[in-house]
Amino acid sequence: METLEGIIAGHPFFEGLDPQYLALMVGCASNVRFNANTYIFKEGGEANEFFLIRAGKVALEVFGANRKPSIIETLGEGEVLGWSWLIEPYIWKFHARTMEMTRAIALDAKCLRAKCEENHDLGYEIMKRFASLMQRRLEATRFQLLDVYAAR
Amino acid sequence: MLPQAFQVRAAGKETPDTFTLTLAPHNGDHANSFEPGQFSMLWTFGVGELPISISGDPTKEDRLVYTVRSVGKATHALVSQQVGSSVGVRGPYGVGWPVEAARGQDLIIVAGGIGLAPLRPVIYKVLAERESYGRLVLLYGARNPRDLLYRKELVAWSRTRDTQVLVTVDYGGLSWRGHVGVVTTLFKFARIHPERSLAMICGPEIMMRFVTRELETQGLTRDRIYLSMERNMKCGVGLCGHCQYGPYFICKDGPVFTYRQMQPLLEKYEL
Repeated sequence: METLEGIIAGHPFFEGLDPQYLALMVGCASNVRFNANTYIFKEGGEANEFFLIRAGKVALEVFGANRKPSIIETLGEGEVLGWSWLIEPYIWKFHARTMEMTRAIALDAKCLRAKCEENHDLGYEIMKRFASLMQRRLEATRFQLLDVYAAR
Repeated sequence: MLPQAFQVRAAGKETPDTFTLTLAPHNGDHANSFEPGQFSMLWTFGVGELPISISGDPTKEDRLVYTVRSVGKATHALVSQQVGSSVGVRGPYGVGWPVEAARGQDLIIVAGGIGLAPLRPVIYKVLAERESYGRLVLLYGARNPRDLLYRKELVAWSRTRDTQVLVTVDYGGLSWRGHVGVVTTLFKFARIHPERSLAMICGPEIMMRFVTRELETQGLTRDRIYLSMERNMKCGVGLCGHCQYGPYFICKDGPVFTYRQMQPLLEKYEL
């Protein structure tokens, strides 16, 4: 049977992570499963977790008055859902809804933030990985904003 | 240089503003054979002439197929042609995709919007000669689900062996079940072996710049990345100079170039 430590180590987001950090993180981790069409979190809620997606698909949704709700991004196997847990005030900015049955590892944010405060090397390691993720998503968002396929 | 009169044999709507026209010579002759990636100059009588990439199957020699997006007066006139009406055709012209050099290699095809049209003949060729090519990876992005071209074929291609078809849209409504995100976000799902792959990209120039960066990150060298460029082509044979881009005429030296050729020009703000 796969251990939580093994699953986290095998997830692309934590590829190459030092085993000592894995050992620290595993105490904050749990296996979770969501049926299709389930809201994992909603905008405005407390960001108390983040998720390493193992299988399935999750849609990030945004809505507003006088416009239809829309999906701004989908995330799937091997990706990370959520970084609001890392940045104050720790509030979700979007809705996250499963488009199909989804399995993930949930990392308890309060637990992990406390460990990062105690061990800044662990905190720096995690911050570096999230900074890289944010950079990729910011670049993708800029590309998206250019609306390159619109008729000119 | 003189256009030949072709008859519109079929006209179909792909998306709200994009149509596919099937043309054949009036006299029943074979249409001129073409290489994937080449284009024709299509003349709507009384309106004007446009360079349009050929989007049909190169093995079907009795017809030429074009997918056209209606964005202005000339394209609107072209897509409004009824079955049985006449269109002038010159060409095919230009240098197409390196389908012969790609034999034995994996192919990574990255298309954005109507950019899938000039790449469809490559897909037809690869699937018709499946043993001659390695894996086929198609990454296709569109603005939204209703702008996706060739939906039935995308499904059919995804069911063929050694073929991975990944489709995304920049914006999806709640009813969309597929991927949402720009086309570069599909790379993480693609199984790519850079040392034995050639990449072919067609789409808006900004999209191609993002994609080339991603392909380089994946380990492809600039000689292994091909782009189809678009400029204001008029004569189609390198005489008029309208489509000059640095030292090249897009109509005659291209429209397909290696990224090694294009990279210094793509980064020039003035061009």
